[in-house]
Amino acid sequence: MNALISADLPALFAALVAFCVVVYVLADGFDLGVGILFLLAPRDADRDLMMASIEPVWDGNETWLVMGGTLLLATFPAGYYVLLPAFYLPVMTMLLALIFRGVAFGFRLQTRRLRWVWDLAFAAGSMVATLCQGFILGGLVGGVTVRDGMFAGGPFDAFGWLGLACGLGLLGGYALLGAGWLIWKTGGPTQVFAREVAHAALLLTGAMMVVVSAWSAIAVPEVAARWFAWPGIAWLSPVPLLAAAVMATLWRRIWTGGDAGTFVLALALFLLGFVGLVVSLWPYVVPRHITLWQGAADPQTLAFAGVGLLLIVPIVLAYQAHAYWVFRGKTRLTLG
Amino acid sequence: MDAVVLARLQFAFTIGFHILWPTLTIGLASFVALLSGLWWRTGRPVYRDLMRFWLKIFALTFGVGVVTGVVMSYEIGTNWAGFSRSVSNVLGPLFMYEALTAFFLEAGFIGILLFGEGRVGKAMHFVAACLVAGGTLLSTTWILAANSWMQTPAGAVADAAGIYHAVDWWDVVINPSFPYRLAHMVCASFITSAFVVASVSAFHLRRSRNIEASRTAFSLAMWMVLVLTPTQIVLGDLHGRNTLAHQPTKLAAMEGLWDTTRGAPMTLLAWPDMSAERNRFAIEVPHVASLYLTHSWNGEVQGLKAVPPADRPDVPVVFFAFRIMVGIGLVLLATAITGAILRARGRLYDTRWFLRVVMATAPLGYVAVLAGWTTTEAGRQPWVVYGALRTADAVAPVAAGAVASTLLVFIAAYAVLLVAFLWFARRIVIAGPAGGETPMPSALRPGPDRGAPTLAGAAPALPARPAPAPGE
Ligand code: HDD
Ligand code: HEM
Ligand code: HEM
Repeated sequence: MNALISADLPALFAALVAFCVVVYVLADGFDLGVGILFLLAPRDADRDLMMASIEPVWDGNETWLVMGGTLLLATFPAGYYVLLPAFYLPVMTMLLALIFRGVAFGFRLQTRRLRWVWDLAFAAGSMVATLCQGFILGGLVGGVTVRDGMFAGGPFDAFGWLGLACGLGLLGGYALLGAGWLIWKTGGPTQVFAREVAHAALLLTGAMMVVVSAWSAIAVPEVAARWFAWPGIAWLSPVPLLAAAVMATLWRRIWTGGDAGTFVLALALFLLGFVGLVVSLWPYVVPRHITLWQGAADPQTLAFAGVGLLLIVPIVLAYQAHAYWVFRGKTRLTLG
Repeated sequence: MDAVVLARLQFAFTIGFHILWPTLTIGLASFVALLSGLWWRTGRPVYRDLMRFWLKIFALTFGVGVVTGVVMSYEIGTNWAGFSRSVSNVLGPLFMYEALTAFFLEAGFIGILLFGEGRVGKAMHFVAACLVAGGTLLSTTWILAANSWMQTPAGAVADAAGIYHAVDWWDVVINPSFPYRLAHMVCASFITSAFVVASVSAFHLRRSRNIEASRTAFSLAMWMVLVLTPTQIVLGDLHGRNTLAHQPTKLAAMEGLWDTTRGAPMTLLAWPDMSAERNRFAIEVPHVASLYLTHSWNGEVQGLKAVPPADRPDVPVVFFAFRIMVGIGLVLLATAITGAILRARGRLYDTRWFLRVVMATAPLGYVAVLAGWTTTEAGRQPWVVYGALRTADAVAPVAAGAVASTLLVFIAAYAVLLVAFLWFARRIVIAGPAGGETPMPSALRPGPDRGAPTLAGAAPALPARPAPAPGE
């Protein structure tokens, strides 16, 4: 216990928060992606299958959003009470969008005549939530106004071009993850459709990754300094190079690769993007105002939270994996 | 309107809406687990039919509970930044543990509970049902520990900047009002759910449909409320006595008591006038409040005037909310007892007026829950953390216009949600727990094909019907 406390607790917990965010982005990413592709699918039968493929797991995926938020509150409160008011409108809009997409799972099957309403709610909810996450990401990279340790900007600060570019990038990225998931979990015409859209999604993702990187390097000098100063550039250059390699491989293998290939490569692409983000923002909770060490909670709070995290997170991961295992294999539209 | 009032309205509206869904799922999860266990052990199809039927309602309710709950976990930051800054060291881990232990547990097994019947055995299905039910109860435990700490803070100290630091985690979690609040809330959820089950069963019994299943459910539910409604009143009394000890101002507002009095009267009805500091049109029963609050004829009860007006809550709101809750508690108790008498006479299932009465009880539990929470939360005002942090200091630096506009959108969105839910739930209820062929939610009915343009010409021509999925 003492060893734990004397270790660099804030850095340790920052890694944990980052872990939750990554799991959230990857897990909810593919089911938001299925939502983004929902209306593009040619037939109702595809939509039924698409939804059935994520229905047993989406709740668990979204719980990582709650976990990330409450973990931030418990371990880096400054990140929570400065950033959430700063992103008030995108956060609230995202929550509303998640509401409509969430209830669509249950409501859609209850009606035949008005099914299109819930189809629309599911697709639009997924897209709006994704865009809002993009604005939040853009706001984070661009920086927020802080005075006396509290947010001091206006309600529309988060809506900028950088945010929009991030939003479009996420839209493409989640759609790519979703398509990868569908290639893996479905067959027949639905799988063909997924392979077909995966190319477009990949193009959008790649283009926006370039735009966002260039933009933040130009608009935010601190980010440029981090990436382009020697010797940093020597250590960091593998990240974009690897990302380019992953994209090239993806492009070639969408039609020919194994069923799970696209999904796995898309996950890898997201991980690389996340590494890039961490490089740009380290070591801040509130970028360029409050560092991890200034924004961390009391040591006794971190210790109390840490014990549970160490004991319970592995169990949670185990039974989430179990849930995926129970519903393994291709999704079909009948019982059994 | 100023930002504080708007933030309060937004929070009260969203949490008041959220609490409706857990109230039902906390009770139904346990009920479904019971039915799953009975089906596993006895193999009687009636239990399977009832389980599948209530699972469908549970699934709809749970979905709304989850999405409205996600809103709550972020509103603590978006609306109450001052609160988060002041108490996150203490309450942060509690919210985190709720997600970690409860929400993941529910989410991890809800898929198996809802869609796993054909994929896992009966025993595993029962285990999943128990774990989901356990998750709902754990969730209640953590969130009520957090709320109770705000009512009766313990185990933490504030520094000069007003930031709280935990000293003793045991005291933080098991704070003075927590056991009472937890017991009373869990009991409230079970009562509300039991009356919903009874009400739906009474509806089918009146129409002489699904007789066997409806009788079974009706009987279970009526036993349940016979035990729980008196328990709830006892728990409520204990809860109130605890409030007298720790939040005397709130209790004085509940009782409508202005002056500190020995032998305080029970005020049945009145109009508490805050500016005149007295009750108008009061109907009182002398000494009775002292009797049930202090268990002595002349016990002393503190009045509202013991604190300056700026530290008093809005008395009429608390006063009437409390009376609505207690009134409903008594009505539900009377219903439960009437049911027991009819059962003793062998007339439980065919007394048509009684079935009608039970049908009407479905919303009452919800009203009592909202009234109870209004008593609790409005009675705590003007404090967020009782006696320590004022609501006005807890608010976030967000523009009033932003809060007002999102509040309006939330009201509209939740109205749509409620209407859609009621509409779909009504259809499930009318269909009833009909024979063994009830399709589960996962048995999808592919809808009519609707054409949409494909993205690119690259795709091969598609057959009009889905080809059977190829093997794994
Ligand atoms: C079915 C719902 C239901 C019923 C029938 C009752 N209650 Fe209740 N009551 C609640 C549901 C509830 C609640 C919504 O669950 C509250 C809000 C906070 C809490 O813990 O429980 C509550 C709060 C609450 C409080 C608030 C104490 C505080 O916050 O400091 C008191 C004193 C009582 N109740 C007392 C009673 C009494 C004497 C009842 C006798 C008839 C009663 N309740 C019936
Ligand atoms: C500030 C107050 C609250 C917050 C922040 C909050 C947060 C949440 C969240 C995030 C969820 C979704 C969990 C998931 O993803 O599975 C949820 C659901 C739930 N909440 Fe709340 N909640 C609050 C109040 C309450 C209260 C007062 C209760 C009960 C007494 C409660 C009981 C539940 C339960 C049982 C669920 C499971 C879903 C359901 O059954 O509908 N919550 N809550
Ligand atoms: C955790 C952070 C919480 C904060 C900051 C908070 C704060 C507030 C505030 C400021 C209000 C408005 C009071 C008023 O209008 O007079 C309110 C109302 C309410 N809260 Fe809480 N509360 C919290 C937790 C909870 C929890 C856990 C529950 C429930 C179970 C709850 C249930 C309610 C209800 C039902 C109301 C409406 C009562 C009314 O209209 O007066 N709150 N809360």
